[in-house]
Amino acid sequence: MTTRTVHVVNVSARRRALNFWERIYLPEVLRGLWVTGRHFCVNMWRHTLRAIGIKSVPPGAVTYQYPDERRPAAERLRSLHRLTQRPDGTPRCVACMMCETVCPAFCIKIVAEEVSDPNIEKRPKSFDIDIGRCVFCGYCVEACPEDAIRMDTGITELGSYSRRSMVLDIDTLLSLKPAAQNQGKPVDFLQKRLVS
Amino acid sequence: MLTTVTISAAIATTVFIVMFVLTLAGILTWVERKQSAIMQDRIGANRARILGLRLWGLFHIIADAVKMFTKEDFIPNTKHRFLFSLAPVLSLFFALLTFAVIPFGHQITIAGYLIPLQVASVNVGILFIFAMMSVAVYGVVLAGWSSNNNYALLGGIRASAQMISYEITIGLTLVGIIMIFQTLSLMEIVKAQGRLLFGVLPAWGIFYQPVGFLLFMIAGIAENKRIPFDIPEGESEIIGFFLEYSSMKFGMFMFADFIETVLIASLLTTFFFGGWQVPYLADTGFVFPWGGRWDLNVWLVEGMRVISFIVKVCLFCWLLMLIRWTLPRFRFDQLMNLGWKVLLPLSLANTIVTAAIVLWLD
Repeated sequence: MTTRTVHVVNVSARRRALNFWERIYLPEVLRGLWVTGRHFCVNMWRHTLRAIGIKSVPPGAVTYQYPDERRPAAERLRSLHRLTQRPDGTPRCVACMMCETVCPAFCIKIVAEEVSDPNIEKRPKSFDIDIGRCVFCGYCVEACPEDAIRMDTGITELGSYSRRSMVLDIDTLLSLKPAAQNQGKPVDFLQKRLVS
Repeated sequence: MLTTVTISAAIATTVFIVMFVLTLAGILTWVERKQSAIMQDRIGANRARILGLRLWGLFHIIADAVKMFTKEDFIPNTKHRFLFSLAPVLSLFFALLTFAVIPFGHQITIAGYLIPLQVASVNVGILFIFAMMSVAVYGVVLAGWSSNNNYALLGGIRASAQMISYEITIGLTLVGIIMIFQTLSLMEIVKAQGRLLFGVLPAWGIFYQPVGFLLFMIAGIAENKRIPFDIPEGESEIIGFFLEYSSMKFGMFMFADFIETVLIASLLTTFFFGGWQVPYLADTGFVFPWGGRWDLNVWLVEGMRVISFIVKVCLFCWLLMLIRWTLPRFRFDQLMNLGWKVLLPLSLANTIVTAAIVLWLD
């Protein structure tokens, strides 16, 4: 005969009874006021010092004032794709369809064409990425045998007024630069696309 | 006796107190957003600007007012359209009227007339305050009733239950103050707080009535209907008695809340922190208990007293904001328990102990 262990959860043991000072609530109120009041005083002190020009104190708030200042992005952040180029300016892509195949969101569409160069054989005639469908998984980058597609532009502001403009063609993708060369560019990119 | 001087003095004091209260309440709408932000390591409202000038978001006061006034003023399908419009006016009116008896300075002499710095120097000021506070509940109840909305009605009923329960505590704690200072006049109470206790301590109400101060502050915040006691509003449950109000009618309710914050701060200052008294400042200048004297101009003394009142009120407003942004709200049953089972017996005990001590010392 086997014995079964029945787990009895002692609810009252998990929930500690309040002691007298906690029950009368006032010391706890004062403790809470002390915490928030301390935050107020410390932050106010830091704001004041920075306002009069002493920038060595830490900032009084953790806020990033978004459109004016941006959080620094991590280097491995998966942002908008770009297509890399050979030294002669032609796309590295050989239209092997690996990225199109692996893409779980079906957002890449490649049309291949032949090239006379026997070392390359194929190249993309068109290479469209619908970033409206993209889930930014990065599988295309991992699948690519030619290091032809990367997600290192640092562009994360991809909003647009039409679905059509969410589809990026090969010329746009080839023209994008890595984030290191893209300082301040994201907004330009966005505005260009909004106009078009 | 009405003369040009007394009439113009009455007008001047009225204008001063109205401007003071409305300005402070207006600034409090900004302080509330900014102080909560600083307490929570945020920046807070700072985007409104005029001609590139931001002033830490102070223009948000104007922006809010413009927004309130230009919104659609919707009146629900109710039989009580007049009461619906009257309710926010009542809330604001009675909150403002209470300031008539609060002294913001001692007195000045102009052309031989002694003018107390107080709008109405009535000798039953405390009773007047009780009366105004009791009537203030009508604004809230009428708002809930005339909105033709069950949630608003529920909010109004809760508001009346809460305000009536906590008014008793307010009344009983002030009985202690009345017994100690032996007067109902606020000016006399403040004057009496200019004496010294044990030769060094200013005889402020808090040193006579520390428990009374605590109880009065708790009950005062409850009267104010703000967060630890925001049962009439109950954002997470019923959205409150002003549910159907929009545009500036809602704005008036909101503004009345801030005016009541100033009111509670003024009452705490007047009853427990010496009102306009500056420690050791007599009519002729500073008289220190350790023997020093520093004679000052009469006008300077009066100015310092008015500023002292304003500073104290501002500090209490800050404290009330701190409390509002720190504590979680009570549930309705907890609120009633606190009011009837804790605060009421405590204030009764406070009254009895005070009475016994006053009798013993006499």
